[in-house]
Amino acid sequence: MGPDEYLFLLAGLKWTVALSAIGFFFGGIAGLLVALARTSELRVVERITAGYIGVFQGTPLLMQLFVVYYGLALIGLKLDAWVAVSIGLTLHASAYLGEIWRGAIEAVPKGQTEAAKALSLNYTSRMRDVVLPQAFRISLPATIGFLVQLIKGTSLAAIVGFTELTRAGNMISNQIFQPLLVFGIVGALYFIMCCPLTLYGAHLERKFAKSAR
Amino acid sequence: MNYTLDFTPVIEGLPNLLLACLGTFLLALCGMVLAIVIGIGGVILRDSRFKPLRWLVIGFVEVIRNTPFLVQIFFIYFALPLAGIRLDPTPTAILALGINGGAYAIEIIRGGVQSISKGQMEAGLALGLHKAQVFRFIVLKPALRAIFPSLTSQFVLLTLSTSIASAISAYELTSVSQRIESDSFRSFEVYFTVTLFYLVISWLMMRIFALFSARYFNYPVK
Amino acid sequence: MTQASMTTSAAQAMIAMERVEKWYGAFQALHDINLSVRAGEKIVLCGPSGSGKSTLIRCINHLEAYQKGEIRVGGTVLGHESKTIDAVRREVGMVFQQFNLFPHLTILENCTLAPIRSLGLSKAEAQGRARKLLERVKIAEQAEKYPAQLSGGQQQRVAIARALCMQPKVMLFDEPTSALDPEMVKEVLDTMITLAEEGMTMICVTHEMGFARQVADRVIFMASGAIVEEAPPAEFFTNPRHERTRKFLGEILGRH
Repeated sequence: MGPDEYLFLLAGLKWTVALSAIGFFFGGIAGLLVALARTSELRVVERITAGYIGVFQGTPLLMQLFVVYYGLALIGLKLDAWVAVSIGLTLHASAYLGEIWRGAIEAVPKGQTEAAKALSLNYTSRMRDVVLPQAFRISLPATIGFLVQLIKGTSLAAIVGFTELTRAGNMISNQIFQPLLVFGIVGALYFIMCCPLTLYGAHLERKFAKSAR
Repeated sequence: MNYTLDFTPVIEGLPNLLLACLGTFLLALCGMVLAIVIGIGGVILRDSRFKPLRWLVIGFVEVIRNTPFLVQIFFIYFALPLAGIRLDPTPTAILALGINGGAYAIEIIRGGVQSISKGQMEAGLALGLHKAQVFRFIVLKPALRAIFPSLTSQFVLLTLSTSIASAISAYELTSVSQRIESDSFRSFEVYFTVTLFYLVISWLMMRIFALFSARYFNYPVK
Repeated sequence: MTQASMTTSAAQAMIAMERVEKWYGAFQALHDINLSVRAGEKIVLCGPSGSGKSTLIRCINHLEAYQKGEIRVGGTVLGHESKTIDAVRREVGMVFQQFNLFPHLTILENCTLAPIRSLGLSKAEAQGRARKLLERVKIAEQAEKYPAQLSGGQQQRVAIARALCMQPKVMLFDEPTSALDPEMVKEVLDTMITLAEEGMTMICVTHEMGFARQVADRVIFMASGAIVEEAPPAEFFTNPRHERTRKFLGEILGRH
């Protein structure tokens, strides 16, 4: 492993961070809509979003990336690989985050909504000012847990053929024939990104569990 | 857009794909069994009196949980021959799945054992049962019941991650579908169909777990 | 009873605790406990919470380890090795405040688990024994149900039957009625009274002073991990010698 190889890995790392950020940001926005639809108390809307979540939680992320990648090409969209992967990750994240936040919204005591209704707050205000802030807090450990899952998930872009951290590692390993060293370093880089998040999530969970007692 | 969908290669490859579904199912099943074994062993070591052993388990769990399965499977795939172990891709994939799932299982099982009140164990001891009997007859079933939902979703995740084993060409659904895809170039058709297969497989897994749960945990709780 | 037979029975006490001390780290939970219980004797242990009464009886079946002194149950010296601990636990039944029935086993299975696994009884033998004892605590018709389907009072009576299935020589009760709704206390106490009348050796940690008056041979008052006073109930309730006992009785009897 010379300086060139390290630089190549760092370039891959940059893409891993970018893919994670894009997936988490847009997936978060879409996920909020999914969560609201899932708790809308409109039967049809709830059913459809439940199906949407079920499909993404019941199929491998790798297949989702393949289908989006080739599906977009099929409808004539000639997109860069990173855009296609970003769209795939966004859809994936929207389903998982939607489900996490649905659970959090439902975990907010019913009395909160009732009190807000009794104060004649409308739906937007009830959600924005009363329910969502509490749900956000409840969901935080699971949301962080999913972010870790998403960062690790970006590695599958490597199989689709996009050069992020894992694929960069794979390419170097094929060149210098030191797979254990290379994948050890690659693993360590993921670990450095994910472990602080995992620890923070666990810390929050303990904190919330304590205050709930 | 003037592309017409053509599922002919999928239909021609159907016998192979269905067989590969079985491969995925078995891969997942073997991975789970290994994960449970590692999970139980890990929990015992995790609470051992020998401190370095405890730290080893904690370290193992954190390393596995904070790195991608794809990197883990590559690492194991290349590490085994260096350690003098020759394994085919499929057993290698089972090993990787078991190690990955085992790390999660350790945390889940540990939570389950901790959820059993001390009074339950004391009641067993006071009746003259040994520690191992207390675990086997008193702790195990209620603990399993407590963790069953999280164990189920973890094992569905494990089932889905078998597709990543295609990276080392283990025998399972994704690698077979990749072969059909590269022969026919009907990428979307192949992957769309295979995605549906996965949906059925994970749905089946969940049904099996639910059935098991309904049969085995049929006692009422307050 | 002659002097000679008195000494023999003291030597063959069912339970003997001599100079027992126990610490939790730096905190001393039991101070110099000396207690001898004859076969068939009924002891009621009372005292304020944190006085060490639960700790004391939990030492007898080694749910808590003690650091100094000696405990003998039957003829067996309770050591810290599992062989004598197991031997003692087979002779000593215990009933807990929180019942601690096993939620995944039926009432009958709760009662047969230990006789089968610990005493090596056949399933049929264990079930026969269990059904008889469930009959005795008047709960035979619930044998196939699960604990969660029973009331607290019923669960506690099952817990008593479960302990009796081991045919113990001694029964320990650790605040058996404290977790019960008031209307269920009587059914459990009645069961305990019946058991006492049949001659079982019993040590009961309880604040049920009516029960103490009716069945206890001796009432022992503990405070701060030590035995402060012990006397037959008539004397204990009418003429307590120690200030702390008087204060405790004032509080507990004033409440009822």
